[in-house]
Formats: sequence, structure tokens, C-alpha cells
Amino acid sequence: MTEEIIIAGFGGQGVLSMGKILAYAGLMEGKEVTWMPAYGPEQRGGTANVTVIVSDSPVSSPILSSYDTAIVLNQPSLEKFEPKVKPGGTLIYDGYGIPEPPTRKDIDVFRIDAMDAAAEMNLIKTFNMIVLGGLLKIHPVVGIESVLAALRKTLPERHHHLIPKNEEAIRKGMEIIKKL
Amino acid sequence: MADQEITLMKGNEAIAHAAIRCGCDGYFGYPITPQSEVLETLAEQKPWETTGMVVLQAESEVSSINMVYGGACTGKKVMTSSSSPGVSLMQEGISYMAGAELPALIVNVMRGGPGLGTIQPSQSDYFQACKGGGHGDYHLIVLAPASVQEMADFVDLAFTLAFRYRNPAMILADGAIGQMMEKVVLPPFKPRRTEEEIIKECPWATTGRIGGRKPNIITSLELRSEEMEVINLRIQAKYREIEAKEVRYEEFMLDDAEYAIVAFGSAARIAKKSIEIARAQGIKVGLLRPITLWPFPTNEVKALASRVKGILSLEINAGQMVEDIRLAVEGAVPVRHFGRLGGIIPDPDEVVEVLKSSF
Repeated sequence: MTEEIIIAGFGGQGVLSMGKILAYAGLMEGKEVTWMPAYGPEQRGGTANVTVIVSDSPVSSPILSSYDTAIVLNQPSLEKFEPKVKPGGTLIYDGYGIPEPPTRKDIDVFRIDAMDAAAEMNLIKTFNMIVLGGLLKIHPVVGIESVLAALRKTLPERHHHLIPKNEEAIRKGMEIIKKL
Repeated sequence: MADQEITLMKGNEAIAHAAIRCGCDGYFGYPITPQSEVLETLAEQKPWETTGMVVLQAESEVSSINMVYGGACTGKKVMTSSSSPGVSLMQEGISYMAGAELPALIVNVMRGGPGLGTIQPSQSDYFQACKGGGHGDYHLIVLAPASVQEMADFVDLAFTLAFRYRNPAMILADGAIGQMMEKVVLPPFKPRRTEEEIIKECPWATTGRIGGRKPNIITSLELRSEEMEVINLRIQAKYREIEAKEVRYEEFMLDDAEYAIVAFGSAARIAKKSIEIARAQGIKVGLLRPITLWPFPTNEVKALASRVKGILSLEINAGQMVEDIRLAVEGAVPVRHFGRLGGIIPDPDEVVEVLKSSF
């Protein structure tokens, strides 16, 4: 099993950290992982994306031409990455960030209103975990227990009291993601 | 056991952790994207409180490399890291170290040039790293890591080779390897060498005239041409020995290959993916990955030319290593080059297309 994922959105949406937690969770399950950010003079409001590969065998290229799954959180990212989803692949988008939805018919498209849910739950900072929950519902690339373990491992101890809120967000995401 | 923990980190962070763990005595550097995490990680780890390793942010790259020169004169394990424009600034110091035959480690996490260029990954410093860079007839030992694990492993290897041959060594990485996170097992902790161990291992070093020994003078200056030629010949003999003994490379799916890609560093990773795609389409292609760029695996590339119908040099530059491949192949088979410039990384599909149209 190899899952090649691109996560793209605005800087500040937690794109890179979502990828990092996914990669870490893969590592904790003994899988091969790579996390390759499009680094640059990034800033809040600019675009950010990261390629995460989780695999049972060694990963060749961290840089890809096409993806099994694209998670896009704003319109420019949709325009950039919708064409790069492999036929039969998966695209997940946030309804708030993307007013003009994807049009491809040869891929599975899922919508997740994560921004709205995060606002409703008054947990705006867990937006990315809601999205991650959505991904894990349709592609259980890693187990939720591994994600929680990854959070324990990567978050500084002073933030550990927030882990239950993150779990809540992940479960919310699993609940609200819907296929179009 | 704790030493063997598998962790996830960036290539740049792996360099820093590996430096502390291999008993490095001093790091002198100046921040530049995309390698700043080396210095950041060292500052965060505070090795001066544990192993006693010195970490100093110099006022410029010129200072950094001269601090490295000074530290190396005393037989200490010292290093610096930078990215392309910063490494250009260091060239004078590097040439002086090669001339004075000083062991040290220089890490270049390449970005696209020329000039200030871009902060995105590139491999356009191959010429600079392998063909001199500074003035004079000299070579660095150049290692090209293709994974975060190799970033960690090559720090100790580079120091070992540098001290074995009294020659500066370089880790030539790029922004992609520096910035990406992968699984890594960090090397076990090795203590820093004691003063006594340094005196024993480096009888040439300026360690103080203990027992009234003759002064050790370390310089690259020799105004008498006859003497300077002797020094040059000795250094050249050393280079021939390195060429004979220290070539390192990896082969991937070459057994039945009709075509070969030669690529190093992150380009080699892309090549592997391209090979997976091409083989699925029935094209028998494999990879030869030079791990040492200098010494270059000349004999291995020459041997490859007798087994395949064509060679593609995949580099993230305008065609630099391709010259060494052509010299090795001596016209036996067609050698093509493909690369992207200015910080653009070729993607695996376009490499497959190039393979199909090249031969």
C-alpha cells in the first residue's frame, strides 16, 4: 500500500502541521513516510502545500507528478491540484474556502465543511484536524490512535491538555465529510 | 537503545544532530535558506552544555570558513554549513584549507543560482563542488546524500574521510533533501576526542609544543616554486589515492537495463520513481547513483556504457555532471542530459517523457 497525498491551502491553515501529524502517525505504525513541503517565502495568507507519502515499502521520489489524494482548502489550490489527481483518485475540499467546486468526473470528490464546523465548535484552530478526520474516514491511511500518539509526541507538553479537543475535531471530521 | 530510536525530521535537522553525535568540536555558520535549520537545531540542542561542542553564529560566511580553518589547524573536528551564495563566499577559505591540507566539513544545501537566485532546490553547484570552486589545483571529497538518513550518516563519514586524507570534505545536498522530513535513525553518540587523542591522531596539528617538539606550521603559502611544485605533487598523489579507494555509488534496477539514468541526491529519488513508471510501460531502465561526486565513479559509468544503449544524466541544473559521464563513456553510447532550472524540480512523468524521446 502506498498513499500519495498533497495537502494545499493558505499559509496559517495548518497545512504543514496536518501533514506532519499524518507522517508521524505513519512512522508510529512502522510505515515509510516522506513529508515534502513547498517551502518558500511563506506567510499567513500566502499559499502552502505539502506532499505526504505513507507506504509499506521504501519511498522513491518525495516529489510527484500526480497524487492518489488531494486535500485542497482554497480556490488556487483546487485549480492547481485538481488536474493532478490520478484517475480514480480522491479529492477532498473545504466548502468554505472553495466557492467554485471541482468538476472532474473520473475521481471521487468529497466535500468537508471543516471551516464551518470549526467555527460552530468554537475550535477554529482545530480546523486542520477536522480535515484530517475526514481523510481518515474515507482513507484510513493511519489509525486514529496513531494520530493521537503522534500529537502526544509532536506537541509540547504544555499543549497536551488540548489533545482531547483535537480528538473531538478528528471525530467531527469523520462525521461531516460527504461524497458528492 | 535510546540511540536507536526512529524519528521523523528534516535533512537539515539530521545534519545538526549527527554533528553533535559524531563528536564534532565546533560549528561556525551564518543563516541562509534553505539550510538555516542546521544552525537553529544546534542552537536549540545547546551541545555546549552536553558534549562541549562550540556553536557560533559568525558575522558572515567569510568569517565562518576562516573560523573553520582556525579550528581545523588545531586538529579539532570542525564544520560549517550554508547554501549556494554563502558557499561562494567561502571559496577562498576552502582553497586555503585544501592547500594547507586541513580536514573539515562544509555542508552545502544548494539553492538555484546564479547570484542570489532563488531559495528553491537546485543542483547547480556541482561544478563548484567538484571542479575546484576556489583557485588552484585542488579537490574536495564530495558526498551527495539522497535521503534524510544519508544526511545523518554522511556527517561522520565526511569527517572520517577528511581526517584520513587531511582534506576538506563537502556534503552536497539541496533544498529538497534539507527541507523534507523522513524517517531517520540517528547515529550513536561518540565522545569528542581528548587533547591526547588529537595529538596522537593529528601529529601535524598546532596542539602546543609538548615535550619541546618542532613547531608545526600550517600554511598554504610557499614562495619557492620548486617547493610549491613538490607540495602540489604530493597533494595530487593523495587525490589519486582517494580516487582509487573512496568511490561510492548505488545501483538500482540495472541488471536487465537497456537504458540508464545517472543521477545524484534528490534527482536520484525522482529518477527511481521515473524508473518505476517507465518499467510499468515496458521500458527497461535503471539507475546509477554516484554517492561520491568527487571522486566520481568513472570506471563504473564506463562499465555501464558497455551494458546499455544510452545514458540520461538527470540533474537539477543545466548540465554539469553530464560532462563527467561523457568523459567516462568516451563516446561509446549516446549521453543525454535533462534538468530543470531556477529552483524548479523535474517531475517523474516529464523524466519518463524525456527518456522516451532521447534514445
